Order: sequence, then structure tokens, then C-alpha cells
Amino acid sequence: MLTRPEYNDLTIGIVALQGSFAKHAYSMGRLGIKSRAIRTAADLKLIDALILPGGESTTMTLLLENENLWEPLADALEILPVFGTCAGAILLGNQLEDDRVRCFNKINYTAERNAYGRQVESFSTALVVPYLLDQDFHAIFIRAPKFRDIGDDVQTLAVYGSTPVLMRQGQVLAAAFHPELTEDSGIHKYFVDHIVLKSR
Amino acid sequence: MTKDLFEVKTGLAEMLKGGVIMDVTTPKEAEIAEKAGAVSVMALERIPADIRRDGGIARASDPQMIKEIQQAVSIPVMAKCRIGHFAEAQILEALEVDYIDESEVLTPADESNHIWKHDFKTPFVCGATNLAEALRRIGEGAALIRTKGEPGTGNIVEAVRHMRTINTEMARLSTLRDDELMAVAKEMGAPFHLVAQVAATGELPVPNFSAGGIATPADASLMMQLGAETIFVGSGIFKSEDPGAMAKAMVQAATFYDNPEKLAEISAGLGSAMRGLDMNEIAPEARMQDRGW
Repeated sequence: MLTRPEYNDLTIGIVALQGSFAKHAYSMGRLGIKSRAIRTAADLKLIDALILPGGESTTMTLLLENENLWEPLADALEILPVFGTCAGAILLGNQLEDDRVRCFNKINYTAERNAYGRQVESFSTALVVPYLLDQDFHAIFIRAPKFRDIGDDVQTLAVYGSTPVLMRQGQVLAAAFHPELTEDSGIHKYFVDHIVLKSR
Repeated sequence: MTKDLFEVKTGLAEMLKGGVIMDVTTPKEAEIAEKAGAVSVMALERIPADIRRDGGIARASDPQMIKEIQQAVSIPVMAKCRIGHFAEAQILEALEVDYIDESEVLTPADESNHIWKHDFKTPFVCGATNLAEALRRIGEGAALIRTKGEPGTGNIVEAVRHMRTINTEMARLSTLRDDELMAVAKEMGAPFHLVAQVAATGELPVPNFSAGGIATPADASLMMQLGAETIFVGSGIFKSEDPGAMAKAMVQAATFYDNPEKLAEISAGLGSAMRGLDMNEIAPEARMQDRGW
């Protein structure tokens, strides 16, 4: 995969309280892009975009609140592009009825957690991502969410069956699956080229 | 088994990284664990410290109790079966537990054979005391390895030994020439293709967690600094003075494991940890880590 000169001065902040944050750093590293683990409010300085990784949304909610990171992160999300995967995509949506999870209301849908069922229903599939990727993306779904009440302002970029699994609203990109677990940075590259670099 | 199914199995372990998996015996304890930020709970009838105290045969838990815990929480629920007891594992799979722990904490059902884990869609975690044991379990289909430690003791010394042993052996493999690997695989008693893979990458082919004797946030930090990506806490939480506070502290420790100032804050005023056992107080035949091979 070709890296671009513009990548040199980018730093992607990856919220690193729990979950697949190291895999996201690896996906960005493969593109030649630096990343920084975000564990405190001070870590949010001088970054160009954010990633909310996969993991457990209940655990992330508690850590964000207990570490006083919720408000600084919400402020950062007012200006920075963000990519959320699985649990990260849940947190970026509208508030759920389930109060174990707190959401940022950055993309207009409501997530349904573990919507496919428990781990025995987890799966991988060759996902077609029309217009964005030349070849199928090997998408891994782990206890994945589905999204309902999707607003007209949300653009669906890929579907599994008839279910939207990759969505964008302005500077916010959200995936129900885990691009960070695949040895292919195609979706990360889309995020950087079409959202992060265009926002500068 | 296809590569695709295996990556779906290890995928869940990837999502548990940087977290704490807690042993719970009731729905109420499961809720305390989830509220404290556990990434997963292990449903079992008695925690290891009580199994050790009570003696007798320890078996897989009552399905009714596992179901109640599944209904109580939204995080993944794991459960244990006896080493080699594939029928217990089939029942756990029918219950749709998210991970099956083929565990030395329960009384082994087969002295020669572990479960052929490739036959299952549910992922398995297995304990290991050294690299060869870890690679044998991965060869049988385990998607996650954890140190065995010595369960129910609140004594970290065995988990440290197991983690250091695995690290040292991996480091040694990565220094060998290709033409030395077959002899080493023979000597280790481990599958050649996995030995070769560790030699090439310097790491285990599946995530590497730690269990057995973790009783304080400092223990969690120690194991994570030694390379564990997540920790299992068994007796350490519900045998401590204030389980809710200890559980929350463990969760914070798993995130800030390399930040001593933060750990000092997290560890303050937690009440007493579980009492614990010195290894000399345990008869050789009562050592759980020697179960399985």
C-alpha cells in the first residue's frame, strides 16, 4: 500500500483504555501514519483525528467517566474527525436505553448491542465496499451491533445482506465490524484520505 | 478448521485486551463485576479458593446458574469445563457461552487427552505453564492462552514463573536457525509448525493472558508488564474485604498498568486483599497447575 507525503505530519489519537487499540495503531502504522494512545486528557493535544476502538462498551464507558476523560473527549469530538469500530461505533451513536453505556451522539443512529447474538454467531465475510475499495474487504464481526433509526443525514457505505455495517456522517466514520483485525488498511486509508486530510 | 473461524475466535480475545475477566458465582456478583467495568465474567459455582478448601470433585457449573448470569449481564460470559471432558464442553456450547475455559481448577476428566477444540465453534482458553504446553493447546485449537499460576492462592509467584518461562522460551526460539527447529520441536514435544511460527514472529500465535493468584492491582500491573495482555481474577475479588472497590481498582490497573503514580492512587484504601496461601502450605498432590500437560 502506498503511503503519501501528507501522512508524515499526521498523528491519530487512539483511545486506549481497553480493547483493540494496539491493532488500530498497527493498521495506521502499515500506512506509515503515527498514532498516539489516549489515556488522559493531556494526550488529546496536537492530534489530527481520533479512533474509538473495539472492546467492551460498558468497560469503556466506566473508564471514560472514572478517569474524567468523558468531557475532554466530547470536546475533542466537536472538532476532530473520528473513526469508531464496533464498541467505538456504539459510543459514537445516539444514547441507548441501556444506561450501562453512555453515547456521544455524534452520528445519527441508535445501536443495538450484540444484535447478531453471542460469540457463536460471530463471523467473517467478504464485504463489498462500493466506490471506495477495488476489492472485497475481509470483514470480521465479533458480537457485533446493528444500527436502527438511521437518520437521512447518515450515508451507508457498505451493507451485509440488507444491514448497514459501514456508515459516515460528515467527519464521523463507523463500522459494525473490525477493520483493525484484518491485514488490510483499506478502510483506515479511506478514513485518512477522505475524511482526515479533507478536514484540515 | 478454516482460518476464518479461528480469527473469529481469537477476535473476541482481541476485544478483551487491556481488561479484567472476573470469576463470579451468582447473577448478583456478575452485576457487581459488570458495574465495576469487567470485560467478561467467568461463571462458576465455587471460586478456586473454595474449591481448594472444600475438596471433592469439581465439575462444570449448573446450566441454570450459567443462564441466569447470561441474563444478568451484557458482557461476554465464559464458563469452565474439566480437562478432556468434551461432553461438558458440548453442553457449554449449547448454552452459547462466549468462551470455554478447559480448566485445571476443575477435576480433570481425562489424564491423557485434552479436548480437540477444533471441533467447536465456541472459542477455548487453556492454561499453560510453559511454551510447549501453550503450543500443544493451540495445536488442539485453543484460541487464547493464559498462565495457570496456582489458582485460589492469592499468590502470584507461580503465574510469574509461567509467564517468564514462556517469554524466555519464545526469546530462545527466535535466536535459532531454521535447521535447528525440528530438533527443538521434538525436544519440546510441541507441533513443528507452531514452533516455527513462534521462531519467526517472536510471539504466541494467539493472545496471551494471565490467571492464577492475582490479588491486587500491583499483581495485575506486574503480570501485564511481564507481557500479559489481559488478566483473569478469580478469588482475588470476591474473597477481598470490599469486592466492588477491588473490582473497580483491578479494571483501572489493567488500563494504567505501566503508570506507577496512577497505581499508587488506585491501590490506596482498598481494604485487605484475600488472605492467600504460601506454596509450602499446599501439598504437591493439591497443586492445580500440575493438572493437564
